[in-house]
Amino acid sequence: MTQLSRRQFGLAAAFALMATGAFAQTWDQIVASAQGQTVYWHAWGGDPKINDFIAHVGVQAQARYGVTLEHVKLASTSDAVARVLAERDAGQTTGGAVDLIWINGENFAAMKAQGLLHGPFATDLPNWPLVDAAGKPAVVTDFTLPTEGYESPWAMAQLVFEYDTARLPAPPADLAALKVFILSNPGRFTYPQPPDYLGMTFLKQVLHGVMADPALLQNPVNPDSYEADTAPLWAFLDEIHPSLWRSGQAFPANEPALGQLLADAEIDIAFAFNPGRASAEILAGTLPDTVRTFVLAGGTIGNASFVAIPFNAANREGALVIANLLLDPEIQARAQDPAILGFQTVLDVSALEAKDKARFDALTLGPATLSPAELGPTLLEPHASWVARIGEDWVRRYGTAP
Amino acid sequence: MTGLHLTDLTIRHGDATLVSLTAKVAPGEVLTVMGASGSGKSTLLAALIGTLPRSFGMTGGIALNGVDVTRLPTRARRMGILFQDDVLFPHLSVGGNLGFGLPARAPDRAKRIDAALAEVGLAGFADRDPATLSGGQRARVSLLRTLLAAPQALLLDEPFSRLDATLREQVRSFVLDRARAQGLPMVLVTHDAEDARAAGGPVVTPLGVPVSV
Amino acid sequence: MRQGPFLLRLVPGLTLGLLSAPVIAGMAGTLSPAFGLDPLSRDGPGFAALISLGDWPGLWPAARLSVVTGVVSTLLAVLISLGVVATMIGRPGFATVQRILSPLLSVPHAAAALGLAFLIAPSGWIARALSPWATGWTQPPDLLILNDPAGLALVFGLVAKEMPFLLLMILAALPQTDAARRMTVSASLGYGRLAGFTLTVLPALYQQIRLPIYAVLAYAMTSVEMAMILGPTLPPSLSVQIVLWATEPNLTHRGTAAAAALLQILLVAATLGAWRLAELAVTRLLRRVASAGRRGAWLDGAFQPVVLILGLVPALALFAGLAGLGVWSVAGLWSFPDILPQNLTLATWMRAAPTLWQISATTLALALVSTGVALALVLACLEAEHRFGLNPSATVLWLLYLPLIMPQVAFLPGLQMLALSAGVQGGFAPVAAVHLVFVLPYVFLSLASPFRAWDGRIAVQGAALGASPDRVFWHLRLPMLLAPVLTAAAVGLAVSVGQYLPTLLIGGGRVETLTTEAVSLASGGNRRVIGTHALLQMALPAMGFALAVGLPRLVFANRRGVGLA
Repeated sequence: MTQLSRRQFGLAAAFALMATGAFAQTWDQIVASAQGQTVYWHAWGGDPKINDFIAHVGVQAQARYGVTLEHVKLASTSDAVARVLAERDAGQTTGGAVDLIWINGENFAAMKAQGLLHGPFATDLPNWPLVDAAGKPAVVTDFTLPTEGYESPWAMAQLVFEYDTARLPAPPADLAALKVFILSNPGRFTYPQPPDYLGMTFLKQVLHGVMADPALLQNPVNPDSYEADTAPLWAFLDEIHPSLWRSGQAFPANEPALGQLLADAEIDIAFAFNPGRASAEILAGTLPDTVRTFVLAGGTIGNASFVAIPFNAANREGALVIANLLLDPEIQARAQDPAILGFQTVLDVSALEAKDKARFDALTLGPATLSPAELGPTLLEPHASWVARIGEDWVRRYGTAP
Repeated sequence: MTGLHLTDLTIRHGDATLVSLTAKVAPGEVLTVMGASGSGKSTLLAALIGTLPRSFGMTGGIALNGVDVTRLPTRARRMGILFQDDVLFPHLSVGGNLGFGLPARAPDRAKRIDAALAEVGLAGFADRDPATLSGGQRARVSLLRTLLAAPQALLLDEPFSRLDATLREQVRSFVLDRARAQGLPMVLVTHDAEDARAAGGPVVTPLGVPVSV
Repeated sequence: MRQGPFLLRLVPGLTLGLLSAPVIAGMAGTLSPAFGLDPLSRDGPGFAALISLGDWPGLWPAARLSVVTGVVSTLLAVLISLGVVATMIGRPGFATVQRILSPLLSVPHAAAALGLAFLIAPSGWIARALSPWATGWTQPPDLLILNDPAGLALVFGLVAKEMPFLLLMILAALPQTDAARRMTVSASLGYGRLAGFTLTVLPALYQQIRLPIYAVLAYAMTSVEMAMILGPTLPPSLSVQIVLWATEPNLTHRGTAAAAALLQILLVAATLGAWRLAELAVTRLLRRVASAGRRGAWLDGAFQPVVLILGLVPALALFAGLAGLGVWSVAGLWSFPDILPQNLTLATWMRAAPTLWQISATTLALALVSTGVALALVLACLEAEHRFGLNPSATVLWLLYLPLIMPQVAFLPGLQMLALSAGVQGGFAPVAAVHLVFVLPYVFLSLASPFRAWDGRIAVQGAALGASPDRVFWHLRLPMLLAPVLTAAAVGLAVSVGQYLPTLLIGGGRVETLTTEAVSLASGGNRRVIGTHALLQMALPAMGFALAVGLPRLVFANRRGVGLA
């Protein structure tokens, strides 16, 4: 028993040293230690395109650094969070099963608050200077929570709406027009059931559009004015729910389920948190090539996807190498290719070396993707407290009785 | 036309002919079918009761009291059967087993059951668990259950072979006497010459060859 | 080998401990957050979690939904299975039914649910087949068929999935009920098939299938995958809500999830209790009816066709749904109302191919190891029971079936925590061990009856010829029981292949099987990929069942006396 606690103490001391930088390894040392490691990257496994992309990253990691990448395919990111938590509770402060997690938003906030993350590390990565932190504030602010280097971005996402021109020639231009469309086309629109991530994003988008002062969303919820602040949101939902798909008596579970409804022609307008999704699906032959995307006037919610390293990761050096590799211009350009993923890059393309810039310039947009200009402004994610309150209220209002 | 009539009853399985019989069993008479195991005795019984698998080819006819029952389902043939074991239902009491045999429309059910039990020396047994009965008692209850359903013929599938020698004779004469008294034509399948002698009727093999006992 | 029998005597106790200890310990670990007893609790020990559960407005509808769908689907599955057996018993085609049903047993619940969902959705295969020529639909109608508030789609899915299991359990138990002669006796007394079966065979049969039925009832009440895909969502069933809470990112609802898991256990226990009472009432009623002598021949005409249709429709739906998934796995663009895809492509298969070999090998290895150990333990238990005249008490049986009756979400998270505390790293061996916990009861379920029913006179005969008990076991009993042993093995393989939560939680995500892969892909709702994995998931156990049916036929090709089901 004493021996164990002494070992734990030693480890804790070592972590403290590393955290303060007194024990910091140089990048070369990290790369050297990483060689031969096997990194277990816990990432949602629900999309074969993403799975293929991660497999490609693994090939590159092996070729360039001798790091083996294993994609642990999750049904839900919180499975990985729960695993790290269980390890922590069980006193496993080293040799943990999770080396790297695809994460953002609430999962990140929870892990950071619980002290389950290693870091800060992101700004020390050699490729960090390429990241467009000034032009894309979402890469350092995750749901208004400063990332403080505890997670490293690898893809940008923005809410875009998808429709089939064969069935709907002219999509609505703004939120008000969307409401008119819903009311005059009963059963042809829906959104994933909150607290699903995309469903919550839709609520946030609506709130942004109907709220008197959307700037409030960047602050924590004010309990005194919350009712009044959100009243227009509930009024909007009360009005559209009877005209939703299945009259609002059932909701799709998540983004893929919503996309399937569009593909099955059960609805006319869907949406995704990826401007390139529709193009990628068209190129994969799973959506008709008449599908196009649009955004609402005034902008849509956008954020970034990150990777983070648990405090007890067994292969931390390998994980750092992967996090850095994900920022590599070649990898980033691959992610943005609509035939591969269609994710928007986190890098500042204009500041890249000519050779790397050319990689991005060579990309076509894909049949359904909007140009950066057409995508319009990105609205920042509201403070996480709004998500929590709205999610609970949605369940209370609509979630327990159809 | 009364009695059980088998007309050119022939049963084949593959190339083998298992049964080939023509017989008229008058009410109260016993046709005894004897043979070694596997000789087609149980095939004959299955054909008579109506449970012959389709893979067996059957030709000829079975008529009971003038009704052609060859194609009728078991429940419509009105033939009772007694197996080697009594097949009393363990989840029912003795009275329950008899009630199962007695038609639903029979009046005074409880009285009739008690009377039937008393007649065979089992008065007051209605509430007993069949598991507590002796072999001879079980055999009597089993026969009673069959007879209460008022069958028009009785098939006996080696019903005495599990009983010991003294009991065997007792039960055998009990069964045969009561069935004769009700005027039922009987087919007795056995490999025991003593059974055949006691039955007193013609004795044949499943292929219709007379056997002398 | 003097200590041989001594060791054998220890096996039953050992097996029970092996099964129940992880369940009970895991349950304690999982439920402790309900009372704030875990290290993460924000409020410390107390009833905060129970109160938060009580505050959830969906509690009553969710609990009612779990109970109602569970009881109704189990009742239907039991009645239809019994009806089918009563109708088919002793008739040609009975063996065919069994052969057709066996592979359905190995269909994972998620795949079955997705297949059914595609079949019956307003944009599904049936609607496509009828559109637009019969229905006039050029786009799918806005009909609430899936996820209906009453849970009818969920009940349909559960019935379709559980019926094959119950039928196989009934078929395994029938030989010990003297069914053939009882049916003949009741028919000769003038009873119809359904009445005769119900009044004379069922009482004996039910004793044998009671525990499998309880397992089905408990599963139906706590199923997660099926309820997620087919069940209502406003609110979802209690079990789904538990998973949603337990996997919520901000970790604030772990206590609520634990409290709900506790409620779930109590609900299952109460429902099982009520079911037992209903059993007693029905038993009394059946005795009364039997003594009354009503022949009930009219029931056959009225109900046999209904029963056959009710039995056929879910089975056909299951097959059609799976076929639909198969088509999706090679589908290019497939729009409504096309009945078949516009173009076919092997892209989905090619994409999956590189990882499939490795994953299939892991899946198969896990299944073989857990099933092999389970078979050895079950055979040893049964042999010990036979040699030492042990008579498993009701308590023992309940312990044996604990892993089947206990909701998985109620003990697996706690078990994971325990494993981590004990320093067990996720890996092949721990995952195989936890698979064993679920495989063993099913192997026992399918093997115990045929093993006990084996004609003991052959053993006496063997012993009289001077064979030792070991020799009797290895040279007589085991070879003669080859068919049931292989069937049990195939069931075990199927159960192991289907495990999701245990593999994920205990394996720490590092042990990848077809099922973990399939469920994570299912979360993306991509029918094409789900199709490939569902087919493979079925293929592995189906090979097992094919062996179970085929091998004894080969070995005993010239031995008609060795019963081949």
